[in-house]
Amino acid sequence: MRGFMRGARVLGVGWILQLKILAVSAFDGILNIIYPLFFATTALLMFRQSGDPQALVYAGLGAAVMGTWSAMATSASGALQGQRWQGTLELLVTAPTRVALAVLPITAALATVALYSLVATLIWGRVLFGIEVHIASPLAFAVALLVTLASLATFGFLLSVTVVRYRTGWALGNLLEYPGWLLCGFLVPLDLFPEWVRVIARALPPTWGMDAIRAAAAGLDPWFDIAVCAGLGVGYAALGAFLSERLIDSARRHATLALT
Amino acid sequence: MLTVGGVISFRGLFNWLNPYVYVPTMLVAPIFQILLFVYIGRSAGVGTDAFYLVGNAVQYASIPCLFAMANTIAGERWTQTLGIVLSTPANRVALFVGRSLPVIANGWFVAMFSLFVGGWVLGVDLPVSAWPGIALTIAIASASCTGLGLLQAALALRVRSTAVLSNIVFGVLLVFTGTNVALDSLPEWMATAGRLMPLTHAIEACREVVAGASLSAVAPLLLREGLIGAVFAVLGLAALRWVEAESRRHATLELQ
Repeated sequence: MRGFMRGARVLGVGWILQLKILAVSAFDGILNIIYPLFFATTALLMFRQSGDPQALVYAGLGAAVMGTWSAMATSASGALQGQRWQGTLELLVTAPTRVALAVLPITAALATVALYSLVATLIWGRVLFGIEVHIASPLAFAVALLVTLASLATFGFLLSVTVVRYRTGWALGNLLEYPGWLLCGFLVPLDLFPEWVRVIARALPPTWGMDAIRAAAAGLDPWFDIAVCAGLGVGYAALGAFLSERLIDSARRHATLALT
Repeated sequence: MLTVGGVISFRGLFNWLNPYVYVPTMLVAPIFQILLFVYIGRSAGVGTDAFYLVGNAVQYASIPCLFAMANTIAGERWTQTLGIVLSTPANRVALFVGRSLPVIANGWFVAMFSLFVGGWVLGVDLPVSAWPGIALTIAIASASCTGLGLLQAALALRVRSTAVLSNIVFGVLLVFTGTNVALDSLPEWMATAGRLMPLTHAIEACREVVAGASLSAVAPLLLREGLIGAVFAVLGLAALRWVEAESRRHATLELQ
């Protein structure tokens, strides 16, 4: 129990610290809120051409959640490289706690910024396009949203530790942005893709999170989607924790952590 | 200064020449941007695959053009050579125009590659006879966008986060230039603003060329595109001269 409390405290303090750092970062903080708005605007302009008000509501909700992926894929991939540039990566991995507990707050803070992006895009859609997203089950909607963000944080954690020895991890993150937008069902129904693409999409937590958010907004049952999203999030967290020990131990053993 | 200096600075400043960066960001990402908007178009039931293919392939030229020109300043600052470069008696027009030439070539290559591979992936028929016209149109688009990049380079003398600036300008071009929504379908003020931006006329011209129009038919559009690029380039060079002088006067060159 004491160990659990200590771990929770490390996560909490780390999350607040990382959130403060992100709040003054033009790239990871401000741009992650503004940048998805351009894509959301374009998508909403496209859907508006269809003349179907329901399609616009579908797009409004999808475009809002789309930014959460953006914040995670791009920034999480470069998170540890950012620590390396600042000269704090060594301090992070030698902290007297598990590496996972030191790194997860970074991606949890990114997920929190993603929440800002989501709210900003919903307001943007309401003000500029007159999109009113009616939420039939507010509680289920809030749970779906939080589970989606939490699972995104663990997915980002896995991503960040996987590319710890990849000097240009940020480029990989840039590359992942569009496929994520495409595959997670934010604006394009999965039915439009071939079966093998749908299998990949179903392995990504936001796909289930998006389904749950739509179901909660429409008053349908979102709990199965929420459960799968949470399960994937836990799975990615466990895999990330395992890999973080292995990869970072290996980097320390071979003296390649600094990549200099 | 114009040619050798330009090539050396391009090789020295742009870390994306590393294949681990160039391939994902310059060759693969535009294909996914094209696919994203093609599928959004299919989902919304508007536009054709060819419409989104051409729009996004040409618009993606702005990534290398904008980021590279901002890096003309930011990269030098990062390597602590900005002061050295700007203390040389080199002709500034030759210095910055020289740096823009490889950028134009790279922007052209990225857009051509995106159009070719995107067309192949989507099965969009791009007639062989159209490719010379497409190549010329995209060359003018890249040059025009690099003109805007020169203006951005001037801003980079004052703005620390050039990556943020470039991303925002890219986003503005995505929304306003008719990349995914034809100007006729945009609100009037947006269409008017779009017509004053680089890429707008080139995208329209490229769509017409792909549809079978001759170069002479799209010449007015290409002339307008070139003119807009030239205006931005002149503004950029003038702004660079002015901001450089101000930076020296206020000791803000390094932004520290």
